[in-house]
Amino acid sequence: MLVVENLHVFYGGIHALKGITFNVPQGKIVTLIGANGAGKTTTLKAICGLVDAKGSIRLDDVELVGKPTHEIVRMGVSMVPEGRRVFPNLTVMENLLMGAYHRDNRDEVEEDLRWIFELFPRLKERAWQKAGTLSGGEQQMLALGRALMSRPKLLMMDEPSLGLAPLLVREVFEVIKHINEEGRTILLIEQNARAALKIAHYGYVLETGKITMEGTGSDLLNDDRVRKVYLGES
Amino acid sequence: MGFVDLLQQLANGVSLGSLYALVAIGYTMVYGIIRLINFAHGDVMMVGCYLAYFGVLMFHMPWQISWIVAIGLTSLLGVSIYVGAYRPLRRAPRISALITAIGVSFLLESLGLVIFGGRPKAFPRPPILDIGLNLKGVYIMSFTIWIPVIAGVLLLCLVFLVYKTKVGMAMRAVATDMETTSLMGVNIDRVIAITFAVGSALAAAGGIMWAIRFPQINPYMGIMPGLKAFIAAVFGGIGNIFGAMLGGFLLGMIEILVVAFMPHIAGYRDAIAFAILIAVLLFKPTGLLGEPLREKV
Repeated sequence: MLVVENLHVFYGGIHALKGITFNVPQGKIVTLIGANGAGKTTTLKAICGLVDAKGSIRLDDVELVGKPTHEIVRMGVSMVPEGRRVFPNLTVMENLLMGAYHRDNRDEVEEDLRWIFELFPRLKERAWQKAGTLSGGEQQMLALGRALMSRPKLLMMDEPSLGLAPLLVREVFEVIKHINEEGRTILLIEQNARAALKIAHYGYVLETGKITMEGTGSDLLNDDRVRKVYLGES
Repeated sequence: MGFVDLLQQLANGVSLGSLYALVAIGYTMVYGIIRLINFAHGDVMMVGCYLAYFGVLMFHMPWQISWIVAIGLTSLLGVSIYVGAYRPLRRAPRISALITAIGVSFLLESLGLVIFGGRPKAFPRPPILDIGLNLKGVYIMSFTIWIPVIAGVLLLCLVFLVYKTKVGMAMRAVATDMETTSLMGVNIDRVIAITFAVGSALAAAGGIMWAIRFPQINPYMGIMPGLKAFIAAVFGGIGNIFGAMLGGFLLGMIEILVVAFMPHIAGYRDAIAFAILIAVLLFKPTGLLGEPLREKV
């Protein structure tokens, strides 16, 4: 569904992505793993049009490079940004409605709202609270719910487990898996490589702007080099 | 000073304060969204006055129609200023946009001088606003009552727009996190343009009523009210629309009351406003209702 070919990104003088190529097939979870500064977030930002990129990014054969962010989002790409970035001064409900901002069919939005509240009952309890008053885990759920409110074809997540307690991390990954089983395509970025590879169908390893390895989730989990560098085993 | 005099001064204070509030909204909304002090805002207000003036005297419109047309055209002017001058600088350092704002201010004043002429013009006061009223000894003009009423209605509309509509929700979202808002599929440019339109419309309304109060208009008339409204916005907490309203009313009230109670320093009226600005910046830089400064990441 998403095909990225020879993607380059320059930040000022820095060559952050040096021609990466990967794809995310329909209905799968694909993960990019790698150390800090490898270019994972940059890749997601390039797909969303938040940074200028060279190369080709196609969603269902439509070229995304050069399009403004809001159009790319309207075409079906949604992102849960790193650090959640909920709107603290808006209520939980307003945050979710922001996610559906570009959708006009009110009935469908209502329907999705019910679905999100089913998925995350905590959010329903707190619908009228300011998002800034939520705990970290609740904010992560809200950010995820907000992204789902746009009914994305492709859901991208940047470090959803960052800064969460281990128990919550497991919960977040359960939810990701569940959403995928309902048929959504997911591109996941994680430093927590083990958790990501466990649920991913396919994975790519990113090192200083290049893809150095790829394989199914379980292949990478069992790969010696991956185990050593990213899973901290000897 | 008797009780009656006090009431009279209070009425004047509310009336002047509501004008500051209307103009201050424009500063605070634009600042809240793109962190720019739009120094051309006072001059936008001046253009609004002239448009209303020409509507009545050249195109012989009824004053109500002329006001509405002027307010509409002024909001278009605000949008054009954003598109022409500020949008190209969205990714530029803030200081560039600030200097551009000063440039736009000079441009509007000089264009006003060339097109409208430097001689002050007498702004026509609609008869209904030009009645002297004697309310049990409190002697005021009818516009002193009408101005806060109209301003209040406009401010209520604004609060409704910002807090109860979809585009208002987007404005509040853009103000906290522009990048994430664009990830919601929101066309940021459009939201900013609407903000300029709303701010400029309120400035025009404020300007026209300013001209009712002080019925002489000239191309430099926007400077002082613009600066005062800016002070009001900072006083109340820039970026916060309720702060701008509160700051506006307080500033108008303080100015009027100081002059009323201490007539011998009446000449320092403007200095008082600036002294308030300096005091606020020194002791409470976030203003009365402002949130603690958070540097945006």
